[in-house]
Amino acid sequence: MTDFDLKGENVHLWRGDHHVLRGVRFQVRAGECLQLTGANGSGKTTLLRTACGLAYPEAGEISWCGQNIRQDLHAFHAQLAYLGHEPPLKAELSARENLRYWIGVRRPLARDEIEQALGRVGAEQWAERPVRTLSAGQKRRAALAGLTLMRVPLWLLDEPTTNLDTDGQKLVGALIDEHLKAGGVALAAAHHELALSEVQSLRRLELAVE
Amino acid sequence: MRTTVAAELASRDARAQPAVTAFAAARLVLARDLKLAFRKRSQLVQPLAFFAIVTTLFPLGISPALSVLRPIAPGVLWAAALLSALLALELLFREDAQDGTLEQYAVCGRSLTWLLAAKTAAHWLLTGVPLALMAPLAAVALGAPGAALPGILASVALGTVALSLIGSIGAALTLGIRRSGALLSLLTLPLDIPVLIFGARATELAINGEAYGVPLQLLGAIAILGLTLAPLAAAAAVRINLE
Repeated sequence: MTDFDLKGENVHLWRGDHHVLRGVRFQVRAGECLQLTGANGSGKTTLLRTACGLAYPEAGEISWCGQNIRQDLHAFHAQLAYLGHEPPLKAELSARENLRYWIGVRRPLARDEIEQALGRVGAEQWAERPVRTLSAGQKRRAALAGLTLMRVPLWLLDEPTTNLDTDGQKLVGALIDEHLKAGGVALAAAHHELALSEVQSLRRLELAVE
Repeated sequence: MRTTVAAELASRDARAQPAVTAFAAARLVLARDLKLAFRKRSQLVQPLAFFAIVTTLFPLGISPALSVLRPIAPGVLWAAALLSALLALELLFREDAQDGTLEQYAVCGRSLTWLLAAKTAAHWLLTGVPLALMAPLAAVALGAPGAALPGILASVALGTVALSLIGSIGAALTLGIRRSGALLSLLTLPLDIPVLIFGARATELAINGEAYGVPLQLLGAIAILGLTLAPLAAAAAVRINLE
């Protein structure tokens, strides 16, 4: 079993004239969650997108299990789940259908697994309704169900508690807890405190605005 | 509990999981896009309605005499087909970009090229095939003989494959631009000219009762070239736009 480890070394990234990431360094090991904090515009989302290979840093490198992610981006992507600002759900499909098509592209899915994941996030009651009729919090819960279905070691989460009520925020904490206990790694940009039960597994990295 | 966690730990290593092949993933994307299209039928009908209106306007504007319409039928059919195909192109990747689906495709560990090829195939099935089925009807209204209809159907079917593939590059390149319709037209219309020329020629030969194999083969060649290169170019353009 691999000891998973995500590391960023001296990462620099510009957006036009704006030097967003200025020599960012971090390391997250198996069983750890690194919470990215900082004011709006400090580069939390940019760092997450860079860490998952969507954005290219001008200098520095991101490595996964000791290997630069750019060496085999496909293999790295197969190991990660990225949840951005917007839940990647289609408004005309139900939560259940969305999960089938979204996660099915990554790995074969059994019907039971989808039902279990929907149950885990409390979505059984509305799983058959078109997503356009759901509240923002319900959409976020459906996206969290997708996250649990991916079964990958690295979670990259951008504001995972947005639009969630108190129970929903606890659910995010519990899911990250389970993921870390199973040996996973999490990198999460979050303004609010993540409700993890084992605080020693949570570390913080504050990014400053230029 | 310990057993559950241990099993979970093992299952988190994606390399230990059964993989979905690129083809199976692409098939799922195709199925999803078809399902979505049938739930939003207005988008399906738009290019067809446009094609029907344009081809109907010519007899009304020029002359209802078939002897006048027949010589211009190839040009009318192909210009209308090209513009109808263009109408639907702007939406090819836009919604997926806005709701984060394209990001998920880019980081899912499967070939983005295959996934975008599947999306383009869905686009052709939803716009190209209906246009190919409708073109013979419009051709009859423009004075084409019954014997020409198989040739017209084949040329529009093949030509729209090429149009969808060429259009996918333009749609991917203009993904990050708001109201990109005009730019998309400027980018793709020059590349569509060979399709228009060979398609109109095949239609003209079919209407005149002559052999139309050569322009049809050239259309097929363009479609194959597009199939080989367009998904790669579209995937590269999508990656740049996602950055």
